[in-house]
Amino acid sequence: MSHIFNAFRSFMTQGGGGLLLPEMMLVLFAMGILLTDYLLEARDKYFNALMAMLGVIFSAICLWQLRYAAEQGASGFSSSLVVDPFFLFFGLIFLIATALVILLSVRYLQVEDENHGEYYALMLFATVGMMFMVSGYDLIVQFLGLETMAISFYVLAGFLRRDRRSNECAVKYLLLGAFSSAILAYGFSILYGLGATTSWPFNGPMPPRTNLDVIQFAVESRAHPDLLVLLALVTVISGLLFKVAAVPFHQWAPDVYEGAPTPITAYISVASKTASFALLLRLLLTVFWPVRLDWQMLVAGVAIASLTIGNFAAITQTNIKRLLAYSSISHVGYVLLGIVAASSGQRLGFMTGMKGVAFYLFVYAFMTIGAFAVVIVLQRQGLISDELDDLNGLHRRSPASAVVLLIFMLSLAGIPPLAGFIGKYYILLALIQTGHNWLALLGALYIVPALYYYFRIVMHAWLYEPGNAPSPVITVGQKVALSALCFVTVAAGIYPEPFVRLATYSLLFPTGFSGH
Amino acid sequence: MLDQIVFYFFAVLAVISAVMVVTRRNVVQSAIFLITALLATAGIFLQLHAEFLFIVQVILYAGGIMVLFVFVIMLVSLDVSLNQVQFNRQWWLGLLLALVLGAQLTIAVAVGRAGLPLGEPAPAKMLEPSTQLVGRVLFSEYVLPFEIASILLLVAMIGAVVMAKKKI
Repeated sequence: MSHIFNAFRSFMTQGGGGLLLPEMMLVLFAMGILLTDYLLEARDKYFNALMAMLGVIFSAICLWQLRYAAEQGASGFSSSLVVDPFFLFFGLIFLIATALVILLSVRYLQVEDENHGEYYALMLFATVGMMFMVSGYDLIVQFLGLETMAISFYVLAGFLRRDRRSNECAVKYLLLGAFSSAILAYGFSILYGLGATTSWPFNGPMPPRTNLDVIQFAVESRAHPDLLVLLALVTVISGLLFKVAAVPFHQWAPDVYEGAPTPITAYISVASKTASFALLLRLLLTVFWPVRLDWQMLVAGVAIASLTIGNFAAITQTNIKRLLAYSSISHVGYVLLGIVAASSGQRLGFMTGMKGVAFYLFVYAFMTIGAFAVVIVLQRQGLISDELDDLNGLHRRSPASAVVLLIFMLSLAGIPPLAGFIGKYYILLALIQTGHNWLALLGALYIVPALYYYFRIVMHAWLYEPGNAPSPVITVGQKVALSALCFVTVAAGIYPEPFVRLATYSLLFPTGFSGH
Repeated sequence: MLDQIVFYFFAVLAVISAVMVVTRRNVVQSAIFLITALLATAGIFLQLHAEFLFIVQVILYAGGIMVLFVFVIMLVSLDVSLNQVQFNRQWWLGLLLALVLGAQLTIAVAVGRAGLPLGEPAPAKMLEPSTQLVGRVLFSEYVLPFEIASILLLVAMIGAVVMAKKKI
């Protein structure tokens, strides 16, 4: 017995197994849900949500335990996995988003009569995939993480199997997602080819040739305008921009957002987007850092296009989920602007820009889930309530949800003193610090159309008569989720200091670019 | 010399049958040409001394996946597919884009190739048996991706069951 224990201990301490604990917890609980779901009566199905919640909490505890390892930048499994503040920060966002979406899902699934354990298990598996996307320091780990996340989302998007729109969106999401994954895999294969031709000049054993350090060294040692590097750059960036729904690759987003079950819409728009951004940042700041001047223009162009199309297409939408899809495209534009500022290579601009990106992604999670949470609260038998007219007279039917809706909309638009404003402030500040005054001006101007369409939602909730729509029944889980979302949105705006410190803690520095 | 003859034989066979797969109207014929294409590729792997890839290709693709294909073909009605339009109406646009993309890739590889030194080919007898090599690498350097892949497959399996089953 004791030698088994010893083997386990050495796996945990020396083999890097301890670094996997957050992911292992989630996998364990997901499998537990799949097993116990079989034994549960139909009315006891909420137990699955409880199990999923427990899994998230245990995973969060393990994440917290890793903080000392993270400060030294621990890596394991032949350096194919790293645990650094960057991973802890994004892992935290994923776990918070998962917990909130679980809280919002329980009643939704009961009303839709699709209350199955697989839903929660797939959510936990998706979280595992996202964590591997961020902690992976190896092309294969990153790609497998991405696919685990994506496949879980294809199924979750089509989880309302009797609903036509849900089926349609799942098929669209699957086809376009597979397409973008193929483009990304092609880029990774070129990167692997670059890494395989290099020799390792440093001391110590050479990591596997898919390791990011090896590939970064290979990219660095090539003559500057190198077509193969550019080819890899363009394919990898396109593949990932597809996942974050930036503009030339955004077509899937409105349809998928509209068709998917509303909690999953919130989850896709927050967690999947954040994870893809994290992976994009990890690659841009390591492998592609030597060629940053090449991708700076590319990212800036995509950012401008996303801001333009996202904001103007949102104006004419009458479906809230579609409207929020286009608005999330414009938010992607802002985050990309932050990356542009960070890429100019000055220390100050880099710090402000990356801080802004991290802060923006963090509060974006809360604002967006919040906006969808109000739609979820209004759902009732036979009505998804995702049309603007379904919001009519919300201030009479449920004053509390009308107030929180107002807060989320103001924050999404970027009105002080709410969280969204601070995020935009840091990104625009970074743009000015690095001399991109025109981009900063453009970013500031696009707040005007954003205000218009966010206020259309507010207007329906506050100024229109309710008609004969009943008052929504808000469950305890929904109340907890809404208050937490509302609290963070307000707190991060009024007193941003701890949140900014968290964002600063998470910064990932390219080699030769120290933070101290 | 013999090596080259074998290579070109399998390569030409693979390309011709791949073209036949998409141009045949009858789905069953397409499936049979697909088997030929996959087996010809397996032949190329064997000629390159990649025994592991060869056996994986035969067992997985020519064996497992083909059975899946034939099952699907049995489920769809053949008469309908015989009368359907075989190609998308915008095929000329697709062809144009494919040609442009192909040209771009060819140029990129041709220009960048100078920086990609092709290693000296090892004499065939010196090669270690590739199955052992794959196994050793899979359970040492790449043990983490190996484990994540198992999660990925589990997710795909659950997903297929959720989507396909009438009552979960």
